[in-house]
This record gives sequence, structure tokens and C-alpha cells, in this order.
Amino acid sequence: MKDVELKMLERAKALLESGEVARVIGWKKGDFCYDPSPASFETVEELNGFVYDWFCGANLSKYLIEMSKKEGKTAVFLKPCDTYSFNQLVKEHRIKRENVHVIAVECLAKLDIEKIKAKGVSMVTGVEVIGKEVKVTTAYGEETLKKPEVILTKCETCQKTHQVKDEEIILHDRPERDVDRFAEVAKLEAMTADERFAFWREQLSKCIRCNACRNVCPACSCVKCVFDNPASGIAAKANDDKFEEQLFHIIRAFHVAGRCTDCGECSRVCPQNIPLHLLNRKFIKDIDGLYGEYQAGETADGKTPLTSYAEADAEPNDVMKGEAK
Amino acid sequence: MFKIAKERLNELYAKINGQMGLFIPVKKAGEVNYEVWREGKEVSLETLKTVKSPKNMFFPQTENMMKFKTEGKNLEIIDVRGEKRPFVLFGVKACDYKAIEVLDKVFLADPVDTYYQSRRNATTIVTLACSKPEESCFCSVFGIDATAPQGDVTTWLDGENLYWQANTEKGETLTALVKDLFAEGGEAEVEAQQTATKTIIDSLPFANLDLSKFKPENLNELFNAAEWQEMSEACLGCGTCTFVCPTCQCFDIRDFKTNEGVIRYRCWDSCMYSDFTLMAHGNSRTTQMQRFRQRFMHKLVYYPSQNDGLYSCVGCGRCVNKCPQRLNIVKVIKTLGGKDND
Amino acid sequence: MQEVTTEKKEFTPNIVAFCCNWCSYAGADLAGSSRLTYPANVKIIRVPCSCRVNPSFVLKAFQQGADGVILCGCHPGDCHYVTGNYYTRRRMSLLFSFLNYMGIEKERTRVEWVSAAEGQRFSAVMNDFVKTVTELGENKRLTDLRVKEGE
Repeated sequence: MKDVELKMLERAKALLESGEVARVIGWKKGDFCYDPSPASFETVEELNGFVYDWFCGANLSKYLIEMSKKEGKTAVFLKPCDTYSFNQLVKEHRIKRENVHVIAVECLAKLDIEKIKAKGVSMVTGVEVIGKEVKVTTAYGEETLKKPEVILTKCETCQKTHQVKDEEIILHDRPERDVDRFAEVAKLEAMTADERFAFWREQLSKCIRCNACRNVCPACSCVKCVFDNPASGIAAKANDDKFEEQLFHIIRAFHVAGRCTDCGECSRVCPQNIPLHLLNRKFIKDIDGLYGEYQAGETADGKTPLTSYAEADAEPNDVMKGEAK
Repeated sequence: MFKIAKERLNELYAKINGQMGLFIPVKKAGEVNYEVWREGKEVSLETLKTVKSPKNMFFPQTENMMKFKTEGKNLEIIDVRGEKRPFVLFGVKACDYKAIEVLDKVFLADPVDTYYQSRRNATTIVTLACSKPEESCFCSVFGIDATAPQGDVTTWLDGENLYWQANTEKGETLTALVKDLFAEGGEAEVEAQQTATKTIIDSLPFANLDLSKFKPENLNELFNAAEWQEMSEACLGCGTCTFVCPTCQCFDIRDFKTNEGVIRYRCWDSCMYSDFTLMAHGNSRTTQMQRFRQRFMHKLVYYPSQNDGLYSCVGCGRCVNKCPQRLNIVKVIKTLGGKDND
Repeated sequence: MQEVTTEKKEFTPNIVAFCCNWCSYAGADLAGSSRLTYPANVKIIRVPCSCRVNPSFVLKAFQQGADGVILCGCHPGDCHYVTGNYYTRRRMSLLFSFLNYMGIEKERTRVEWVSAAEGQRFSAVMNDFVKTVTELGENKRLTDLRVKEGE
């Protein structure tokens, strides 16, 4: 990954020096080896803090809503999954495409520090990934972990490839992965309604209404969210675990249905680790099954499943009876 | 000092629960938060940081304040405050205990918040010393000794036993209730653990944060610092930091219409939200930078200037662990705090 | 908040029916003028088109104590606005399937196409839906108990 970082840094410098772009969006170093933050860099000096490592999981595309409105061009490093969100935002006229220079950058799955810590490894000072192994250096010595067990949940089922690129920095082959992203959804579907209710009740009752899932979501780009609007009639602020979380999460999942690219940021940021991606994936699975396979963000134009129809669409009651195709 | 074997802790919980309510860190769907204890729940005292802090016990995230009923032109106001059943808050870490002191200064100052006060008075707090602090901890910076927290009762936990020491009258009363489960002793074990833990604490990466710059006289300089813009750039405007924070105390008051009338409730609010400080004329803070600045200025400058220099951060490190984009108070302290942070 | 325990009395469900102004609402009217009966606990909300129904309306109805929600619109192909009900069809298929996924009993939600000429059908649909929901009992999973406080 170090070689990729160097190459990225070289390009960022060149772009800033030549004046081709006014700023570069990437990640900057944190206090530890695992806490980089998204950041914009406007000068070559600022690039001292630039980093691209195994913990740069954040999706940068949503920052472009603001950045692409600024004076001058913005260069951005996008991982494969981020490019879908980018396309979707361009499609919804939220990003000015002509103001953005997309540098497609490789991603071999990102690591989740919480999963590493959950293995009992603390005081992490460095990581090195060799094939399917993660060598973790800590204040107490070295530990070797299996990479598939400590990558971000969103990376576990990712088979995405870059959909947008003005240039690319790809130095390594990505190993083929064949994982069914709907397996978890299917497992829930196979339960009884009572079991499903119990599952979601237990998960959603943890919700602290921090809105991190909404605010990080590239599909949640409303200027004013309905939940922040007391005049909407459904503004919800209390954490009444009997209803409000459900209302919030149902409406949110529905609102991004057909537009959610399955980037998995919602689950990454949830402080209570609620598997929110399983809500969105249910919609994706239903859409695929009922209206034909659809991947949001593959293109920056065309209609979404919920803004189009076919005369032969399934009837809701047949869908509920499980009789639709 | 008393001790009780770890395997027998469930008996202790059951005994306390028989007399009063018991709130304790419980694991549910993978995450540990304070909950009412019930037989069969998975207690996790070992967990260093619960996701939500125990402030929830005195200052619930959502709380009914009163109800209104209307009949014709008559408006009836129904007081929903009742006598609070005594309860025990068990397993509070030193940082979270200090945070309660921070909250007390807000809610118990005149005019007293009676909702908070009734819960506070009904509670016996049993603290638990830390033995495995992690890299995001920096309570020592605020003068907190994680190995000897205060509270009505202080406890220590090692591989074999829980050690128990009452500090106050409330603590003695609770001890008397459960004393027959205890054996005497444990001083040596506790001391050994404290020494070992202190060594870890001294070597933590944030042990030497320099707060010297955060003084009331530097208010304007800090407020106008150019660095806020850059520091807040990646902020999503979510409320994660606020809602996991043990000292954040802001709330909103809303009405909820029922079939019978109206419930007036309060719920936690976050200065990171776009509708925070929204008034009839508009909003005094319109950018995320201003909101971000408000949160940290409040913790490090405004609050201490009104409370004899007491910071309203206790170094629990929850925001360090939980911020989705990895912004946190440590990064602010390092940027603006003082020369020794370099 | 305490759960309200009331004495066991015969359960009559609250049903909210969103009816399209151009078909089902007139269908309900025809049912009435034809002296056909449907249960009085069906509360009709007139909407300009079935596709006016935002999913949050459905959830709000449940929050406020509805035990069942039914949407009635024009038969596909007959929409007054040409294509509105096609969108409804997709929207509600997904929403209801999703509610089922969250563990909300799937019998509580329904979409039926009822034209202005189908008074008979309107009455039959409502009778059947009320019967189904009555058998299912009270909606406890998607209601906000605060609403029923004091009852």
C-alpha cells in the first residue's frame, strides 16, 4: 500500500503545482496508525499530512457536493465503491462533474480497527498486510490476524470496480472474491415474522439517534432532511424505542431505495454497530428480483427503479403472498 | 475492604436487585450499555467503555416532563414526576464518575433541575477501577486517577475477585445489605493492581496532552483561531460524539400529541445538528465549523470559565473511538492546546 | 412508558384506507348509495391519486394507532393521471415487503384496485380486510404507545 500512497502523493503534488486543480481530497494522518480523517489539501506543504493506508475506509464522494461548488477544479481519490456514489450524486445533480478530476485508486479491502480490537489486540502501533494475513504491531508485541476476519463489513462482500476515472492508480491485482451479499438478507427472510421482529427490535433498540448513518450516506443528500423539519409531521428526535427508531430507519431505507449503491458507510459509522446495510440490501434484493437487476451508480444517467415502471409489474398483494416471480 | 469471588457476582446482583433497582453494563446484540439488571442478562464489567455513558441514568435520552389535557377552555397540567425508586448504578469508571460531577454543576445549580435531582438522590454509585486502560484513554490529563475512583462504593476487579470498599453513608448502607456475601481482605491485591495499572496509564500515548492554552483569558484568540476551519472540514454533523459523551448535557423540549392530550418531553440534542440553537429569527450558527467550534470551546473554555477551571471533558476517549471520520477532542487539544503538544 | 392494559373487550380494529379521488373514493360512495355495507371502523382518507401516498403516511397511520392500512387506486392502465398507480404499485410492493422483513405482520397492509363502478367490490374488499385484521389482533409492533396513553 505504501507504493500506492507514494504514487498518489506524487500525482497530488503534480496536480497542485501545475495549477490543474485547486485542491485535492484525500485522507490525512491521525494520532494512531488507524485513524485517518478525510481532508482537503490546497498546497503542496499541506500534503505532508497525506496518507493512504489500510484504514482509509471513508467514502469521499459526498464531500464533493460542497467542494465541487468551489472555485477551481477539485481532484479526488475514489476507491471502487466510492465511484458508484459519485455517479449517483452526479445523476442527481448534486455534484458538478465538470469541476471534478477523479483519480481512481486501488483498494484491496480496508481494515476495521474495532474488529482488530475485538480480537483482544490493543495498543496497535502499526499494521502490515501480507496476502491474507495482517501483521499487527502493538506496544505489547506482534500479532498475526486473518485478514478476512478484520476487514470492514462493507468490504466483505464487495465486488465493485471503478465506474468513473479520469486517471487511475492501480498497482496490484485484486484477488477475485465470490461472496453472496444477500446471504444475510435471505437468512432473515427465512425466519418467522416474530423472529425477524425480535431481531430488528434488539438491534434498533440500541440506536442512539446520532444520525451518523444519515449524515455519512451519499444518497442522503437532501438540503434539509425531513427528520430535521418540525413542520414535516414526522420529525423524530426522541429515542422512543417503541416506534421512533423504526420510523426513522424505515423511512431512511425507503428513501434511498433504488439509489443506495450499497457502499456500506451506514454500517461502518454506526456507533452501536447496527447492521444497517441489511435494511438497504433488502430493497436491493427485492428490486433485483421484481424489476430486474439494478446497480445504482453504475451510470450517471437513466432512471431508477422507483422512478420508472413496467405495465407487467408484479401486484403488491402477489408480492406479499410470495407469488410474484 | 471486602471481597467476593467473581463466580458469585450474580448472587450479588440478585441480592441488590431484590432491594432496589440495579443498572449495570449489559451486552445486547454485541454492544455494551447500561441497562436494568435481570437474571440471565449478560453483564460485562470488563468492558472498558460502554457505548453510551451512564449519564443516561440521571439524564435519560428521552424523558417525559409533563402532560397536558384540554377540555373546552380548560387546560390541565399533569405533573409526571414521582418518587424515584432507589437504585444502584454499578461499574462506573473513574472518568464517567467525574463526568457526573460535571453534570451536577449544571443540573443541580440554581435553578435545580428536579428531574435530574430526584434520580441523582435515589442513586447509590458503585465505581469500578480500571485495570486495562487503552490507547484512547486520557483521563489522567484531567487529574483523574482511574485506579481509585470515588463514589459511594469503590470496587476493583481482577481475575478472581471483586474487591469492595464503601466510601460514604449511602455506600455503607448498601454494604450492610449485601455484606453476608463478602469476605474480608483484598488490600494487597488492590494495591498490586493499582501499581501495575498506573504504569500503563503513564505510558499511554495521550498521557501528556498540554491543556495550558485553554484558559478564559485566551477565549477570543481560541475562538478566532484559523485552524477550526481545517479541523472541522470532515465533520459530518452527526451527533455521535455528543451522544456517547459522558458530559454533554444539552437537550431539546418537544411536544407529542396523544389521543388524550399532549406529552411534553425532553430529549438529548446535539450542538452538531443543523437545527440546534434554531430560534424564531433563524439560527445563530449556520456552518458546521461554527457548530464544531462550539462543542470544543464549550468543553475546554466556556464551561471551565464558569466552574473554577473544571474542564467538561474527562478523557474517556469515547469520541476518539466512535467518530465516524476520526475527528475528536484530542486532535483539537493537540492543535490548539499549547506548545507541549508538538 | 408503561404499556396500557385494558380489560378484554371485543377487538374492533382501526383501519385507514387511502382512496383515490377518481375511483375508489367514488366506489365507496357507490357502495353507500347502493346500500352495501362495510365496517364503520374503516376511516377513509381521500387522496388525489394512490401515488400521492408517501410511505411516511402509512407509517404515521400505524404510529397513531391504525391496526391495518389499505391503499385503493384505479386499476392499472386506468389512472386518471395515466401512470400514477404504476408508481404506487412498485412503491408499495417494496414498502410492504420491507415491513414484512422488519417483522410487521404482512396481513396488515394491502393494495387493492377499485374503480368508481365497483361499489360491490369496495364493500367486499373492506369486509375482507377488516376480517383479516380483526383475526390478527391489535397492532403492537408499529404503534407508538404514547399515543394511547391515558386511554
